[in-house]
Amino acid sequence: MSTGTHGAHGQGAHGHGSHDAHGHESGHPESTLGGYLIGFGLSVVLTAIPFWLVMTGKLGNNELTTVAILALAAVQIVVHMVYFLHMSPSSEGGWTMLALIFTVVMVVITLAGSLWVMYHMNTNMMPGMDPSQLP
Amino acid sequence: MTTTTAASASLAKAKETPVFYVADEHDHPEGASTLLGFWLYLMSDCLVFAVLFATYGVLSSSYAAGPSPKELFDLPLVAVNTSMLLLSSITYGFAVLEMQKKNVNAMLFWLVVTGLFGAAFLGIELYEFAHMIHEGATPQRSAFLSSFFTLVGTHGLHVTFGIIWMITLITQVWRFGLIEANKRRLLCLSMFWHFLDVVWIGVFTFVYLMGVLR
Repeated sequence: MSTGTHGAHGQGAHGHGSHDAHGHESGHPESTLGGYLIGFGLSVVLTAIPFWLVMTGKLGNNELTTVAILALAAVQIVVHMVYFLHMSPSSEGGWTMLALIFTVVMVVITLAGSLWVMYHMNTNMMPGMDPSQLP
Repeated sequence: MTTTTAASASLAKAKETPVFYVADEHDHPEGASTLLGFWLYLMSDCLVFAVLFATYGVLSSSYAAGPSPKELFDLPLVAVNTSMLLLSSITYGFAVLEMQKKNVNAMLFWLVVTGLFGAAFLGIELYEFAHMIHEGATPQRSAFLSSFFTLVGTHGLHVTFGIIWMITLITQVWRFGLIEANKRRLLCLSMFWHFLDVVWIGVFTFVYLMGVLR
């Protein structure tokens, strides 16, 4: 696959990066037409399917459709990261990946934490639901 | 004689004093860390969007008896909008490929095409906003609409600044050619532009598609 050659190329460029300092940035693999076209093809499919699912209601079940489109979005984000943003564990000596992992952890904590806490606040603190009246 | 003893004495002294910094730093070529630095900026921008997504997620069902997403969102229009941004991503990819082949004119052409797709995206989004506000679905109407306009508007603002940056770079390349500094800037804008597309995946899934499903 082209990602394999990307990674190998990136490491090779990193090795002699200090010599041709004015060449391509060390650890940044060169973009290829094939990589962009694969990424574009995949993202078109991964965009079309969720729109089609929601607009036709093919799955007939809102919860199932929600899970499906969230999963497709996650896959599409990975596709964009790999084929358009050229993420690989070797780029910049692993620092971009480390920063990405940290950010993903922060995003998950922010999103999951906010939604979880506020959902419970909403359901448990609705007006009319006096805590002293609970069994 | 005295100088050598002084030198050896200082050498011995240097040996026993611990060094707290890199004594002989290897040279860093100019701009070698720019792309990593820009990536770190993008990650912090990602956190800005995470907060806005969380806010939207919490407030997205607080309609205040106002319009709901189902009544407001026009999915075919959002699909067209999404395809504009997706097409602008691949055309920016073509620009980067031409940059690697040092074809200045072809690169500028693809950059202009990317800018036009970006402008089309913004135009459709502004039309959608205008349509919603005309129907009375203003940001002041409900918490849902406040958070919607903040989230989608912030993304649109990023696209606007991306287009301004693109016009600036087109002028730069036009005047100074594909010098190292311009190549570096083009790669930074490439990351910025693809990153906005990644955020848009979140927006159309979380806001539009899930809004209509609710």
